[in-house]
Formats: sequence, structure tokens, C-alpha cells
Amino acid sequence: MTTPLNLKELSKKELRFTSGHRLCAGCGVPIVVKMILLAACDYPVVAASSTGCLEVSSCISTYTAWKIPWIHNAFENAAATLSGVESMYRALKKQGKIDKDIKFIAICGDGGTYDIGFQSLSGAMERGHNMLYVCYDNGAYMNTGIQRSGATPTYADTTTCPAGAVIPGKPQQRKDLTRIMASHGLPYVAQAAPSHWPDLMKKVRKAIETPGPKFINIFAPCNRGWRSRPDDAILLSRLAVDTCFWPLYEVENGVTRVTVKPKEKKPIVEFLKAQGRFKHLFAPGNEKMLEQVQEMIDKNWERLLKEEQMTLPKEEESK
Amino acid sequence: MTKVVAVTGNEAVANAFRQIEPDVCAAYPITPQTELMQRFASFVSDGKVKTELILVESEHSALSACVGAAAAGGRVATATSSQGLALMWEILFITSGMRLPVVMAVVNRALSAPINIHCDHSDAMGARDSGWIQLWSENAQEAYDNAIQAFRIAEHMDIRLPVMVCYDGFIISHSIERIEYLDDDIVKNFVGEYKPLYPLLDIENPKSYGPLILTDLYMEVRRAHAEVYKKVPQVVLKVAEEFEKISGRKYGLFETYRLEDAEIGLVVLNSAAGTAKDVVDEYRDKGIKVGLIKPRLFRPFPYGEIGDALKHLKAVCVLDRADAFGGSFGPLYLDIATSLYPYSIKPALINRIYGLGGRDFMPEHVAYVIEELKKIVETGKVESFKEYIGVRE
Repeated sequence: MTTPLNLKELSKKELRFTSGHRLCAGCGVPIVVKMILLAACDYPVVAASSTGCLEVSSCISTYTAWKIPWIHNAFENAAATLSGVESMYRALKKQGKIDKDIKFIAICGDGGTYDIGFQSLSGAMERGHNMLYVCYDNGAYMNTGIQRSGATPTYADTTTCPAGAVIPGKPQQRKDLTRIMASHGLPYVAQAAPSHWPDLMKKVRKAIETPGPKFINIFAPCNRGWRSRPDDAILLSRLAVDTCFWPLYEVENGVTRVTVKPKEKKPIVEFLKAQGRFKHLFAPGNEKMLEQVQEMIDKNWERLLKEEQMTLPKEEESK
Repeated sequence: MTKVVAVTGNEAVANAFRQIEPDVCAAYPITPQTELMQRFASFVSDGKVKTELILVESEHSALSACVGAAAAGGRVATATSSQGLALMWEILFITSGMRLPVVMAVVNRALSAPINIHCDHSDAMGARDSGWIQLWSENAQEAYDNAIQAFRIAEHMDIRLPVMVCYDGFIISHSIERIEYLDDDIVKNFVGEYKPLYPLLDIENPKSYGPLILTDLYMEVRRAHAEVYKKVPQVVLKVAEEFEKISGRKYGLFETYRLEDAEIGLVVLNSAAGTAKDVVDEYRDKGIKVGLIKPRLFRPFPYGEIGDALKHLKAVCVLDRADAFGGSFGPLYLDIATSLYPYSIKPALINRIYGLGGRDFMPEHVAYVIEELKKIVETGKVESFKEYIGVRE
């Protein structure tokens, strides 16, 4: 029987990512990992991680926080590695050596996904392996000390694009990886955030029950890198959704649905001002940059709504 | 029983892979390896093997997928050459560090730049310290035989290490030779059922692969790892002994040719040994006491045994089909020199670099080197320890 995704039932389930891991206090990642594994609680899971915060903090020397089989190979190859595990599973199943319905989930940071691991991810998805790849996006290389990545938002202050006298933080736009993965024509692609946990878990559940390659991009606040309060992870996640910085949507077989539409779209400054990495934008004379960021957010949000309208089947539109 | 066929080296190794039927293979095209995996892909398409073939987007992913597949708990093989092996470099160490018994055919080819698709040994030499066992093969028959034995060595419960089977690009991979195939059943029996060790797919007994180990235990892990290599030569010999029973072909850690009573000797890897043996015969006919040694197990290098086999000679030339730029000598020379170092009386040792980027290695090159060695013995003087031979002036 399928476990309903409600607190009453889920609280009875064993946590397959245990306490005792060494992720920072207030980190968004273990919250996300626990949600993923709870959403998959009805199945045996084999997980893979790329080198990064989650990896270095969850399996050290003779200790492991993983109560499920887990593999870490290198930084850029979690997708290829898990595709190998999944292929062996299919080979042994074909030979009658395994009969269980095992789910395969990669959980990797944005550096290992948007940047160095992008080729490996794209290849594994194109080959159609029956696996879910989850990116936990905290917007920089946090494990090595907050260096900019392809996921770092515009104007964010990081250690390799520091806000200086001439350059105001990261000059470029972030890569829209969720859309890039949707362009692979995958059966299921989604974007989620831990503040909206029923939405997140529903997406993970849907993904693992969909055959073929799936991708979910999950927002993961990092108080060390963002210079925010350690107990603000969920608050920042909610602000990211409410300001449309991180829209919650899914692309299922080519149909785009915005799964959570903020009742009232908040101005982006509310998300930015809670984080030290954007502090320089609030200095006098930098108003233009704040306007620019707001314009980018608006443009992307409108495009997403248009995409939803264009792809939604007629009967759903009339509802 | 055995079947005599005329096939290329790649075809022979593809056939060995068909007979062994790994559970998973992952590969990416690169010359001159490509033909091997193309042929294997036909076996998959025609339903002749039950292997899951992963056609990845790079060699880095090929070996990464092999790591995942091997950790999952089944038999795994791949193949590559040159730049492909260079791109795998990072994952070579992870494969051996995780003790995963992956078997890889390395069809030796020069490294860029300049780009060159032909044979030399710089690719495999670049991987010599990666913790992979390396078996080298003179011809298609040896490549086929080594491929079969490689699985037994890699998967041995005392070893559990990855193995490279090296053979020369084009010279062997694309030349048609007469070779003897063993029966499918005999090969299957010889290789046996795969025995998984800590498989990831054992859901009831979850294992974590790839931990972070820092200053507290890293040294102990590496020290324990180094111990494993000491057991390899014995296993290689044991597997060879069993292989002789099914094939009639004898293999050791290295092959010696007319070496016992020799005064001068050559050390050479892979296909060039065939050319060199012919010239050794010619000189023997003239009464010159020359012999040859061809290493087979290059990693771990059998220093004691090779030193013992060479120590009685007066002069030896190590022929390297790769240079170690910025280092003093070619990679094979360095190991031979190390093998001979413990002996107080030892041969004069010279290094000649030949055949880079597929430059033909001709009988006259062997004759030239033998003449050099004769002169060294006569005069007791070495004029030049290291030279390139066969270079156009």
C-alpha cells in the first residue's frame, strides 16, 4: 500500500538519512534529503552523491549517515555512476538474480550538477536510465568556501566574484538548469523548495513512480554562504517562492504546470535583504541593480506563466 | 575444441568479451579501440550476449559507469585508447581505491599533442601508478588469452583490483593474425560465476561506497592497499597455470627468449618483441649470445624476478615506446634499472626510445641496438645511456 504523504503517516516511517551527519546547523540540505527519502519510503532506494557538502558530511571514515546503499565516486560523475548501478540492476534483474523494485536517486549540489557534472547528467538523461537526479541548489560551491557557480544568482557576493569597487558581485545571469533539463524531453522535470514540503514530496513521489530519466531541482538555503540567520532556511525558501525567484513548477511529458502560485507576488528585495551576500546592493547608488534584478525575475515569471498557458491541455485550462 | 581463425586483435578481444559475457559494459568510441566495442555492440544487438551496454558520452563517464556497475555487484568490462585513457585518469585511481574488479582493454596509442592515432605506449605508461594491474600482449593471441585471464585475476577474492589488458594499436588491433579460440563453454567455465563482494544492490545490507577519510585513517587505508599488490604475482601465475591446462599455452610474469646463456639482452614490451625475437635468432646463428625479455605483468612490476633474470648479462638495452619527458629515462628503463640496483655485479644498461606515434620498428633497428651492445661489451664503455632510434634526420 502506498503511504499517504501526510505528517501522521510519515512520522511513523524510519529516517533513512540519520542524525549524526556533520552538515552545518541550519543547513537546508539534510531537510531536503530526509524529505526525498520519506517521499520514497515505500521503495528500496540506492543513492549516489557527487563530491560536495552532503558527501563530505554524511560518510566519514568508519561512519555513515546513510541507512540505504550509497555511492560517492567523484565530483562530476554522480549521474554516470548511478547510470552504471542502474544498468547492473537491469542486467541482474533480466537474469533473475534480483526481483525487488529498487529506485535510484542521485542527490548532488549545484556545482556538481550545473557545472562540472553537467555533461555526465545530460548524457545519463539522454540515455534514458530509470533514475531520478536531484540537484540541491544553494547557489555556489559552498563546500570549498562559497565560490561562484553557474547557479549563483546575479550580483551575489561570493569568494571568487566578491562585490568590489569595480565589480558588484556575480555579473552574469544564473543558468536556468530546470528548463535545460526539460529541453531534454524527459518524462518528468520539476522545481521544488523545502518550505513547500507537500509539493516537494509529491513531486519526488511522482518522479520515482514515472519510468525513465527524471530531474528535480530543489532549493537549499545555506546560511554560511548566504550570510543569513541559521534558523532562517525555511523562511528564505518561502521568500524565494513568494518573490518568484524560485518558482515551483513541473514539466510532465511536455506539459508545464506552476504548482504553487504565490497569492501575492512579493518584491525581490524581501528575499535579497535577508542575506549578507546581497548587502552591497542596498548601498546608496545601487538602486539600479535592484531594479535590474526585479526585471529579470518578472521576465522569467511571465515567461513561465506563458509557457504553462501554451502547453496546458485545453480541458485543464478551462477548469 | 579449439578453433583456428584469422582475425584482428580487436576482433579477438571482442570475442573474448562475448565468451565471458560481462553483465555491464560501458564504452565510448576512440581510435584504435573503436572496432572492439563496435563488434561487441553487434553481439548485444544480435542477442548473443545478455550484457547491458552503456553507450556513454565520454570516457570519463564510461569508467564512472563501470565503477557504479561494479560496485552494484556484477562483472564489468570496458575498453579505450590514448586520450580516452587520459580522460579516465581521475577515475582510474577511484576504481582501484574502491577495489573494483573492472577489466579494460587498452589499445595502445600515442598521446596528443600533436594528435596521432598510431601506436606507442605513452597512454598506458601514464596510468602505470594508478593501482591497476597491467598485462601486456605481444600479439592477438596473447591479447585474447590475457583478456580471459584478466577477469580471473581481477575478481580473485584476495585481489579484487581492476586490470588493463594492453596491446598495440593498429599493429595488433587492426592486423589479421592466425589465432586459436577456445570453446565458449571452456572460457565460461574457466572464468566462472561472478562472486559479488559488498554489492550496492544488496538492499538488506546497505553499504556506503566512497567515504571521506582524512588524516586519522587515510595512511592506514593506503598501507593496507599496498599490501594487496604483493599477492598479485602469485595469483597471476596460478591463473596462468590453470589457463595452460585449457589452452596448452604457457604464461608467466614475463617471457624470456634465449636469455639463459646470453651475454647481451633486450627488454621490450608488446608487438616489437616479435620483431626483436627474429633478429635475436639471426644473431644467434652468427654465434652472438643475445637474448630477450618481454614483461607481461608490468604492474605490479616483478622487480625481484626480472632482476634475477637479467643480472648475469653484460649489457642490456631497454627499448621504450614512450618517453618520460623531464625525467631521465623511459618508463620501462626506470623499472629495469630499479630491478638491477640491488646487485653489485650487473649489466651496463642503456635506453633506446623507438616507435613513437606508430613509427615502424624494423629489424635493422634491433640489429643497430645489438651492435651497440656488442661494442659496449667489447670496450667496457657506454657512450650514451639514452637515445632515440629510428628518427628521420
